[in-house]
Amino acid sequence: MSFVLRRLLASIPVIIGVTIVAFLLIHLVPGDPAQAMLFGSNASPEQIDELRNQLGLTQPLWQQYFDFFGQLLHGDLGTSYVTHNSVAYELVSRTPSTLALTGTAMLVAVVIGVPLGLVAGLRPNSVVDNIARFVSFIGVAIPYFFLALLLVLVFAFHLNWLPAIDNGTSSGLILPAISLGWGYAAILTRLIRGRVIDEYRSDYVRSARGRGCSELRVLLAHVFRNSSIPAVTMIGLQFGNILTGAAVTEVIFGRAGVGSFLATSITSKNIPVVQGAIVLIGLSYILINLVVDLVVGAIDPRTQLATASA
Amino acid sequence: MSTLAIARAARAARRSTRSRYGRTVTSVLMVIILLVFLLLLVHPGLFAHTSPLDNSDDSLAAPGGSHLFGTDQLGRDIYSRVIYGARPVLAASLGGVLLAMLAGVAIGLIGGTAPRLIRGVVMRIVDVLLALPVLLIALILIATIGAGVKSIILALGVAYTPGFARVVEASVRKLRSIEYVQAAKMFGSSGLRTAVRHLLPNLVTEVVVMVSSAVGWAVLTATTLSFLGLGVQLPNPDWGSDLAAGATSLSTAWWLSTFPGIAITVTILVANFAGDWVMTLIDPSGRRAWTRFRALGGLRTSLPEEKA
Repeated sequence: MSFVLRRLLASIPVIIGVTIVAFLLIHLVPGDPAQAMLFGSNASPEQIDELRNQLGLTQPLWQQYFDFFGQLLHGDLGTSYVTHNSVAYELVSRTPSTLALTGTAMLVAVVIGVPLGLVAGLRPNSVVDNIARFVSFIGVAIPYFFLALLLVLVFAFHLNWLPAIDNGTSSGLILPAISLGWGYAAILTRLIRGRVIDEYRSDYVRSARGRGCSELRVLLAHVFRNSSIPAVTMIGLQFGNILTGAAVTEVIFGRAGVGSFLATSITSKNIPVVQGAIVLIGLSYILINLVVDLVVGAIDPRTQLATASA
Repeated sequence: MSTLAIARAARAARRSTRSRYGRTVTSVLMVIILLVFLLLLVHPGLFAHTSPLDNSDDSLAAPGGSHLFGTDQLGRDIYSRVIYGARPVLAASLGGVLLAMLAGVAIGLIGGTAPRLIRGVVMRIVDVLLALPVLLIALILIATIGAGVKSIILALGVAYTPGFARVVEASVRKLRSIEYVQAAKMFGSSGLRTAVRHLLPNLVTEVVVMVSSAVGWAVLTATTLSFLGLGVQLPNPDWGSDLAAGATSLSTAWWLSTFPGIAITVTILVANFAGDWVMTLIDPSGRRAWTRFRALGGLRTSLPEEKA
């Protein structure tokens, strides 16, 4: 319990830091926020000044930050410059689509990477191992946006099996998820293969066999359990990259999600949306890593002791 | 010694000479490939005789014949665009990693040696940046400073700095308690002198390992940014923006996007191979395998400790 509590406390300064980064963005981006909001509305300089007062931009920086943070705690992320809707509403309404893509991509990575890595590690230098090594080497190197185009070319244009542009159905999710998940499947395969080979050489495997454990039990209860720890850690570390990769994949496949929304908001300098997205992505990354730590702690209690002594 | 043992020893000796021979071949090949990439960066004209900007009447020609990789809508030679497109990609990713390395080592040294207060503040900032994905940091920076190759270098530099800083700080903290560093301090060596003379040389291996594995990721991030239209602006050649430009006519002219895409893939492959090669050169036992994952970013507490 104290392990969970300690991890929670450790993430508080990071969460505050992410909100500071998001807050500072409005002052880092060239141009006046009040002018940007009234852009194209023929506002007089007096009206712009008035809005600047309303937004609190004339107050000292620390006061502005506390107001920003207070609004955040109430779930208020400001209003979009473009649609004048609440940013929180716009982000939340697009979240399910992004989560579906991220989740399916992770599923693709695990479903391909874990069995492939296990089989390859069980029989090093076999045919399966060589295929796995080749696939993972290509998989790590091929950029997901290029893989996406190749998949569209083959499966949408030539074979006509799947839609090239996402149409909201589940079949539209297949190509984006594979192109995003493939690279992580490749990393997982390499990681698990290496670990399985290492674990099979270790003493506890020999003693488990000596005790009369079946090969299946040795594989699942001992080797797989210990090999899965770095895999779980890796998934947590890569979550942020998968999330931003989902953003680019959304743009390619024309999916309406947080990622494509963030991309258009950056180019149109719609700062409140960018701020909201930073907070949202930062928080979910911290949350995922918290969960990963707890899962790893549950699989391998030694890590709990390690963080306690650090 | 029994006959069996002699046979076993002979087999082991043969295997080690074979692997040593294999390692030499790999090294020679690796050096040649890296030299080719260096030439691509400094003098692309050696490989392509037509300009990547030359229009011709032969528009949208399929690969083969006088245009090896085909031509685009304006009749520009794709092969030449792929050759010349290497420069912005390589400059951005190598420049970005170099910048991240310099900044990361400096910040890591400060984080490892400075007084408690400064150290705390610096490393908390690093923690915050580690909590944001690399691509997001890069996007935010480019949103504030504008698009272009220089912006991508700066964005990559800032985005990869926290990873370097975190690893360097961890090793500096470990090194500080070692006897000769303690002795240097006792004999009156100043903080800066200790850092440069005693700590820095011991960090070289780790930093080289991180640089060699970061380059492949930097190529991916750099091309992602230019794919999104934030790097080199058309009509100038660049793998990422050419790939994006060709994507709209994917169904009719597949070669527009495919060749820049293959170029990116091959570059990342070579970067990964070179990374593995450097790893086996300086660390044959593979002890530092985790450093590679550390360099990719992540929160400190979720990382397993290195095997001693």
